[in-house]
Order: sequence, then structure tokens, then C-alpha cells
Amino acid sequence: MLLEELSNAFGPSGCESEVRKVLIPVLRDRVDDLMIDALGNLIAFKRGTAPEPRLKVMLDAHTDEVGLMITRLDKNGLLGFRAVGGIDERLLLAKGVLLGEKRLPGVIIAPPVHLSKPEERKKVIPIEQMAIDVGASSRDEAQGLVQVGDYATFDTRFEVLTRDGLRTVKGKAFDDRIGCAVAAAVAEGEYEADLYLSFSAQEEVGLRGARVAAFRIQPDLAFALEGTICDDMPKDKDVSPTTELGKGPAITVMDRSFIADKRLVQLLVDQAQALDIPVQFKQPGMGGTDAGAIHLSRTGVPSVALSVPCRYIHSPVSVASLEDFDHTVALLRASLQALPRAWQQA
Amino acid sequence: MKDLIRKLTEAYGPSGWEERIRDLIRTEVEPLADEVRVDTLGNLIAMKRGSGGGKKVMLAAHMDEIGLIISYVDEQGFLRTQPIGGVDLMTLVGGRVQFADGTLGVLAPEKRAEFKKSPELAKIYVDIGATTREEAQERLGQAVGFVRPFADLGQRVAAKALDDRIGCVVLIETLRRLEDSPHDIYFVFSVQEEVGLRGARTSAFGLEPDVGIAVDITAAADTPEAPKMAMKLGHGPCIKVMDSGMLSHPAVKELLIQAAEAESIPYQLEVLDAGTTDAAAIQLAQGGVAAGCVSIACRYYHTPSEMVDMADVENAVQLLLAALKRPIEL
Repeated sequence: MLLEELSNAFGPSGCESEVRKVLIPVLRDRVDDLMIDALGNLIAFKRGTAPEPRLKVMLDAHTDEVGLMITRLDKNGLLGFRAVGGIDERLLLAKGVLLGEKRLPGVIIAPPVHLSKPEERKKVIPIEQMAIDVGASSRDEAQGLVQVGDYATFDTRFEVLTRDGLRTVKGKAFDDRIGCAVAAAVAEGEYEADLYLSFSAQEEVGLRGARVAAFRIQPDLAFALEGTICDDMPKDKDVSPTTELGKGPAITVMDRSFIADKRLVQLLVDQAQALDIPVQFKQPGMGGTDAGAIHLSRTGVPSVALSVPCRYIHSPVSVASLEDFDHTVALLRASLQALPRAWQQA
Repeated sequence: MKDLIRKLTEAYGPSGWEERIRDLIRTEVEPLADEVRVDTLGNLIAMKRGSGGGKKVMLAAHMDEIGLIISYVDEQGFLRTQPIGGVDLMTLVGGRVQFADGTLGVLAPEKRAEFKKSPELAKIYVDIGATTREEAQERLGQAVGFVRPFADLGQRVAAKALDDRIGCVVLIETLRRLEDSPHDIYFVFSVQEEVGLRGARTSAFGLEPDVGIAVDITAAADTPEAPKMAMKLGHGPCIKVMDSGMLSHPAVKELLIQAAEAESIPYQLEVLDAGTTDAAAIQLAQGGVAAGCVSIACRYYHTPSEMVDMADVENAVQLLLAALKRPIEL
């Protein structure tokens, strides 16, 4: 499964080459041209079947994941680190990580719970007080293994879970490798419009790759494909779950980074209805995606975000439903096929 | 001018949902401009050709207002929201909202007593009179604007969305009265200012102006316990020197000051400690644009009862007319 390879690939922001290496052989037969730009965006071009001038559509999924970076080597051989992208500090302790080019295993440690005072246990330990232990006992020994600036990702392997017939998987970095898998799947097939698939770098540190990719591509419209927040654990109060697992692709109307083009929202809703696919509106106002950068490119780009709901994104492990994944691919395919005509009418 | 202010401020138009307010403004500017168009993100651009030898000038006032977006519909048909722009939560409870289709709702608190200092949006809901989820479900993802009738207080007026419909009024009046300018002037009624200057950014990229001037409101500091700033109602339009997003281009600032001095138009210099305008986005478009801002001092901004002085509005129009007929040296 492509999602498995993508999820297992090492690719914190700014270090996305391994993810590109997984994608390139898959895309090669499905697109007409492939290039890598200065920031590390992998941009695939798939020529449309309609006569020119053709609608130019950008599909964006980001290749990077949240991760860690080594900031210092202590004299006892422990490694100080910082987050790359938004990481929930509560989830870091005692997690296994892989470091640097050699994928050296390590463990995130902090002062042991047995020695902490009761009131301290209620507080979140700040990342500055944690360290990564790679088994080195001195700075010299650590120096032979890692250096300042090395990246780390969570040491999480992809696995298939099952739950009442809902095909469910777990793995790291579903935000946004699941979006990459959607884009790669959609690249199979024929469309009237020209497709530019941007597998964008550095989303988690500020939508940086998408910004320059959109500037280069100059699309007529854009879809950001994401693995998004899912907050569907049982709640005391009747409030929004943001999205729910197994309830279908999530359409963004508005988030912190952009307000979706209403024609594109309608296109997705109409196509879902025609295909009898469940869809949900992601809780408006929450989160942000590459669409935030893309829609402001040059003179503006009508944009929408379509997401696969994922539990526990920005943590060492997330959970997603393959049902939702398949529905997202089917909905996007149908929408792209309907697009030139629907866009002209809108 | 008060009729136009009433019409524009009472209209619905949260950021991203500007279709209605755009139609209203379009009706006003269509007979006055040489060219009118709507760009990709929805900015309304009215162009008035100059007599020649001048610069390309972009004037920007934003059409959008702050509001709320429906983020969840519960079992009993109550609607939860997220903010669109910087909504002042103190002003919500007891207020009313409207949807694009005119449907009304009231803003109600879960437990009033909990709100000792500032309310939390998560504990306020919109009640549209629905009793079940099914009845209200279609509202998810729709935006609401606040409802408050225009109040004519004589010399001063109070209304919702004076930020920045008053800037739109100043632009429309300037376009109406403009006679002799050497400059090609683009009157941009921008979208999505309240969520991050988004419309101004893309429209300025497309227009590539030589000069950009935003017309917006600024915080008046002439009320009890107000922060120590210079801006007062009735003391003339403010010529921006600096805010938290922009330093005005010296030539643009000088142009406005010279024009005001030459024609004896009262003005105030503005240094605003927090907040910015479309000028901040225009300034950074393409390879950079000489940008400045004319502001109307406004009390109670980002509440449903913002207040401005009519003399400041009239003098802002006079100031722009005076500046636009002069040559611009950068």
C-alpha cells in the first residue's frame, strides 16, 4: 500500500527527499512531467484531454511531517531538541524516535515520574527540559553518532487495524501523507483539465512550499488535500467533533488560513450526492492548510480543501479509515471530471 | 451622505460573504467610473481614468465586516460559532445576527454568571428558533453578520460595520466628486480584510499601482480611560504615520499633509499601537508600493455600535480630492 510506504518515510519539514523518493516511481507512469523546485516541492504535470485552452488545476498535498531537531549535545551524552512544526508536548515523553541520516534509534526522556512532586505531575513538562537518549554516555560518544541540526521523527510503523468492518489503519504522518496518497491515486485516470500535482514541502512550518509552487504553477483553481483533525471521542457536551472518522471526506468552508471558494464547495457537495458518498463539513474556523498560501498567490486562486479525517494528528501516531480514504479519492476524481463544465457554468 | 451610510452599514457582508454589499456598492459606482470589474477573490474595482501624465493610484476600502461562522448544530437546533475576524466578545450576548438569506437569530449565553471578565465564544450560542438539529442543519458553514440599525446622532452617527463601510462611503463620494486628476485611479472595494488583508493583497498584485492609499477607520482615543493616543472624533481625518503593520511612505504622507495644509482641511497625524489596514498588504505587493492611509477616527470599533463624526467623513473626501488633483513625486 502506497500509504504505508509514505507513512513510514522519514520527512520532517525541510527534509522531504525520502517522501519524494517514494512518490516519484509511482507518479512516473501516471503523469507527463515531473520536476523538483528550489524548495523541494515535487511538481507533477498531467496534460488534460480537452483542446486548448485548458483549465489549469492545482492539487496540493504536503510531503513534510512535524518532527524534531537536535539543538545541543550535552556532556552526559543526552541530546537537547526543539520541535519542527506544531507538536503537542504532552505526547512526547517516552516515545521512540529515529535520528538523522542513519535513522539512529533514540528515546525521549525527562526526569522520572517517581522523583517528581505531586503538583509537578499535573504540569506539562516543557520541551526544553526533555532530552533524547541515544545510549551515548558522553558528548564525545554522542558526537560520533549525531550532530546539531539533525532531524528526528517518531519511530512508528504503519499497521492495519480493523474495527467493525471499517478498515482502519494507524501510522505516523498521516498529516499529510494521506493527502499525498490521495493525489497519487487521482493521478491515475484521464481528465479534461491540466493537472499540476504539487507535493509541497514545509507546510508545517508556515505553508512555505505551497506558496512558491502556486506562484510557479499559476493555477486557475486549487484543491488542498489533507489529513485533518478528528475529535470524535465521546464528549460530555453536544459540541463539534471537528470531523468524525468513517463519516466521509471533510470539506473545509473556512479555517484560520482561508475562506473556501463557494463554487468549489458546491461542486464537491454535488458530486458527493451524485456518487452517494458521505461527506462532512470540517468544523469551520479550525486549523489551516496550504490553501491559505495558494489562494493568495498572485491575483488570487479560488481554492478549497478536501481532507481525510485522522485521529491524533501532530502526534507520534494517527488513525484513519481507508473507507474515508477511498471515498476521498472517488469524490476528487469525479469532481475533477465534472470540473471544466461545472466551472464554466459557475 | 447619511442615507448611503445607513444603506451600506445595515447591509450583510462578513468576510468571504461579500456578495450583497458588493452589489450595493457596484450600483453606486457603475455610473461614475470608466470601468468596473470584480476580480478572482471578489474585490470590486472601479477605475477612473486621469487626464494624463499622472501615476497609477490604488485607493482601498474594505467591504467586509466581522461576523461569526456556524461551526456546529446541536441536537436541539442551537448553533455554535467561530469568529470571522476580531469579534469583541463583550458585545455579543443579547445581540442579534442575520444570515445571508435574512434569517435572524439571537446570541445567548449558557451561564451568564460565568462571564466575570470576558465571555468565551464556546459558551455562547445562536438561537434561530429551531427546535431540532434537522431544522437547523443547513446553517452549518454559513456566516452571520450582526444586526443593529443605523443611528443618526446628528453630528455623529453610530452603526455596525462603520469599519469599513465608512471607508467605502468616502471612496464612493470621492469618485462622485472627482473632476480634475492627472492620475488613473483604481477604487478598490476589497474583500476579506478582517481575516488578514487578503483581498488587498491579491488586488494590489494585479493592479501594480505606483501609489496605494487605504481608507479605513482607526481607534479614537477620546473616551473615558482610553489608551493614550492622539486620535479624536471631529478633529479631521487621520493621516497615518505608522501602525503595527506599516510605516507610511514619506512621499505619500507628505502628499496628504501638503494637500490638507494647502486647502485648509483639518487633519490629525496617526500613530496606532495595535492594528493595521489594507495598506500593509498593498505596500508589499509585487516589488513594493508607496503606501499610506487616511483613517477616520472611530469609537467602539469591532462592536455593533461604532461611532464616527460626519465632519471627519466629509473632510476625508475633501482631503482625498485635494491630494488626487496634485502631482505625485515619489
